[in-house]
Amino acid sequence: MSTPYNFAFLDENTKRMLRRALLKAVAIPGYQVPFGSREMPLPYGWGTGGIQVTAALLGPDDVLKVIDQGADDTTNAVNIRRFFGRVAGVATTERTADASVIQTRHRIPEIPLREDQLLVFQVPEPEPLRTLEPREAETRTMHALADYGLMHVKLYEDIAQYGHIATSYDYPVMVDGRYLTSPSPIPKFDNPKLDRSPALMLFGAGREKRLYAIPPYTRVESLAFDDHPFEIQRWEHHCALCGAGDSYLDEVVVDDRGTRMFVCSDTDYCSQRRDDATEEAA
Amino acid sequence: MYVAVKGGERAIARSLELLAEARRGDTAVPELELAQIRQQLRLGVARVMQEGSLYDEDLAALAIRQAAGDMQEAIFLLRAYRTTLPRFGYSEPLATQAMRVRRRVSGTFKDVPGGQVLGPTYDYTQRLLEFGASAASNTVEADEPLATTMPRVLDLLDAEALIERIDPGSDPEPTDLTRDPLMFPADRATRLQNLARGDEGFLLGMAYSTQRGYAESHPFAGEIRMGEVDVLICPEELGFAIEIGEITLTECQMINQFHGGNGVPPQFTRGYGLSMGEGERKAMAMALVDRSLRCDELGEPAYAPAQNQEFVLSHSDNVEASGFVQHLKLPHYVDFQAELSLLRTLAAQQRKAAGTEALA
Repeated sequence: MSTPYNFAFLDENTKRMLRRALLKAVAIPGYQVPFGSREMPLPYGWGTGGIQVTAALLGPDDVLKVIDQGADDTTNAVNIRRFFGRVAGVATTERTADASVIQTRHRIPEIPLREDQLLVFQVPEPEPLRTLEPREAETRTMHALADYGLMHVKLYEDIAQYGHIATSYDYPVMVDGRYLTSPSPIPKFDNPKLDRSPALMLFGAGREKRLYAIPPYTRVESLAFDDHPFEIQRWEHHCALCGAGDSYLDEVVVDDRGTRMFVCSDTDYCSQRRDDATEEAA
Repeated sequence: MYVAVKGGERAIARSLELLAEARRGDTAVPELELAQIRQQLRLGVARVMQEGSLYDEDLAALAIRQAAGDMQEAIFLLRAYRTTLPRFGYSEPLATQAMRVRRRVSGTFKDVPGGQVLGPTYDYTQRLLEFGASAASNTVEADEPLATTMPRVLDLLDAEALIERIDPGSDPEPTDLTRDPLMFPADRATRLQNLARGDEGFLLGMAYSTQRGYAESHPFAGEIRMGEVDVLICPEELGFAIEIGEITLTECQMINQFHGGNGVPPQFTRGYGLSMGEGERKAMAMALVDRSLRCDELGEPAYAPAQNQEFVLSHSDNVEASGFVQHLKLPHYVDFQAELSLLRTLAAQQRKAAGTEALA
């Protein structure tokens, strides 16, 4: 390695601090643990929380996958993967099934994760109540008292005004029946994947200096009302590349006449399906 | 046809090449040397050290060159490097009363013991662009030596009990915002630490707002002093303090009116600002904001942004702010897609409702 930096950039004491905070986060599912977030060589808001969590977890034998919007080849995902390639020299992969650590922004992979995999989320705003209450001292008190009436009123007002809940991503969840938690800005399509997931899910918010976790097999409920159950996005289309009808689709404008095509946002899922189809045909 | 997000790695590599080329510019023009930046752009170096939270002129100069003069980018570079440095210990409190003063002014008294010393200031330059080579003079002879001791102006008022007393012994153990997260409510020492790292422009605007009726605190510049201060550390194995060097500092002590309240008699109160190098604007702005953030402690009505510590302290850091504002250029396809489908649903509902009304 041609770098004067420690393995995975952070010094071992900092990693220990992060691991302690992560253990606390796992012990109190959904609770936001304040931690001594460090200044990373990538900008705040670009995944510094996830990067610190990944740096604290990576060992030399790990295989790292980094996705942004479900894709491995978006520039920021490439850059974070490049960073760890440079300062940790770990193996990287684009295949979800081959990864031991997956850092993600805005998506959960389509194929179910396993117990031996870690999913690390980049979180811009860890506080699900922030848009309703800007003061941190207040929101911490609300969590302490499990006083989430404000959020229920917000959802109720959506229903009163639009007939349904008008939140499409970063849809709030209750973790283990106790803490109201931001799933990070994943589409609500991905929320069901949080519930009782075999893989440990870790959330890092670098700028806001908070960590939290959803331990394996933890109950995660998306907020809803009895007469207005939680629903996920559905498309009239299938993926134009692999034909999948069960994946989250990105809309791509393909010409200047506004023609659209819909394709899988999870690029690995899409290419695996296409490879399988080619094999079957052969 | 579907190529939108492919090739990120190659695009980044090419972008780095373009950046290197743009940064260097015409190779017929000699590259800036670090010593030139350190000496001839010393105020920029001071700002980068201050907001980068690292006193190292050479590294700050390197960061400025690498950032092509973008100060916030240079600050970011220095902060990211700083993360990797071990912390050996803490210095003894700096004795700014023993500063080897090069500049010292007070707006409160015509003359003070030790005198008013303008020193190297832009204040009276008349801001006329100096065309042609700037006049260089290597040695300026002093007309007379400066006083060796210059008591702080505020200590003079303190003797008369006209100004609030600050007992240094009552200071809490300092938190270290580079190691521990900022929590609310934050005590004054923690607030000052945050302001010291805060963006000069942001603090300037905040300070300015307090002069225009948003938390008016009727300030006087009690004293501004700039010069060199010894840095002492007390290694555990030695048991006594040793000097490890000196740094240039600018200190500002504001004097503010206070009519009494919260069990405190009417007296002058203090706002404090401290900046590395010659950072007078920053130190003054910081002192005003420090004072306005003391509203709770002094029982003043808090209504203005500059009195709201969550507002000020959470938004003062330009590395945080710059990163988060600019993260908007990252892809948000997935969220945008989610919003698109929601908006289409809402629009369809509205069209349907309008159609029903038209029929009725």
